[in-house]
Amino acid sequence: MILLVEDNEDHAEIVKRSFRAHKTAHRIHHVTDGETALDYVLQRGEYSDPEKSPRPDLILLDLRLPKVDGLEVLKEIKQSEDLRGIPVVILTSSQAGNDVRMACDYHANSYIVKPLEFSKFTDLMRDLRAYWLGWNVNPLTLDLPGSKE
Amino acid sequence: MKGKPLTILLIEDNEDHAEIVRRSFSTHQVSNKIHYACDGEVALDYLLRRKEYSNPDKSPRPDVILLDLRLPKIDGLQVLEEIKKDEALSLIPVIVLTSSEEKADVLEAYHRHANSYVVKPLEFTKFTNLMRDMGHYWLGWNVTPLARQCGVKRI
Repeated sequence: MILLVEDNEDHAEIVKRSFRAHKTAHRIHHVTDGETALDYVLQRGEYSDPEKSPRPDLILLDLRLPKVDGLEVLKEIKQSEDLRGIPVVILTSSQAGNDVRMACDYHANSYIVKPLEFSKFTDLMRDLRAYWLGWNVNPLTLDLPGSKE
Repeated sequence: MKGKPLTILLIEDNEDHAEIVRRSFSTHQVSNKIHYACDGEVALDYLLRRKEYSNPDKSPRPDVILLDLRLPKIDGLQVLEEIKKDEALSLIPVIVLTSSEEKADVLEAYHRHANSYVVKPLEFTKFTNLMRDMGHYWLGWNVTPLARQCGVKRI
């Protein structure tokens, strides 16, 4: 399951379409602000039932979010012993050096700038999926990939 | 592969595995430069610019680090910890590339803020596929604060 944290509905739709285009079996759960993202990963509020909020295998996180900023969401996740093993890929329009640096300081696993063209966006989603869901070992699932691709 | 030519630091004591990494990148015609360290102590000397690596021109910062865990002299997890403690080095993505499938190793690597953990495939074809996907992703898409414009050099 992929948690997509993105307040721009058009961008979110592109991500979802891109994953659908590759017929991935991974479900995408989309939230539109930082507070809801934290509620989800911390299993609180409406997400307090773990069965309704399974741990994501991957988090795609925008930076400019309502309520709680993406960097703050990142910081909370990476400070948590339980959550820090979830790969967090920053997926943002920002190319600001300061954002890249801060994301690294807070231990984002990766930082990606969203391509402007849809075809490039789908290429990105293909490569992102192949790498994070195909090769990377997720400590929460201890899925050992390499055979998936 | 996509992306500008970048510098990769491969920290790997197994010469056969190191050769596969080098060949895989050559197969995909990547013009990136690969620096190779065969133990943890040399790797840290290079990264921290100590001893014979004190000249920054001779020890350019890598754009990505591929790190094995079982290393002579200084263990891979210790190398990882040192990298992630250093203000400048912590900005470099570290991909643990290891034969170990031990849960303890995976957990410890992430605890020390490895960017990624990948188990080396046993088959050469799969290994090259991994290098292809790894190159596409880390050298093509991922952005780092140290990314810059910038061919295998053994250190």
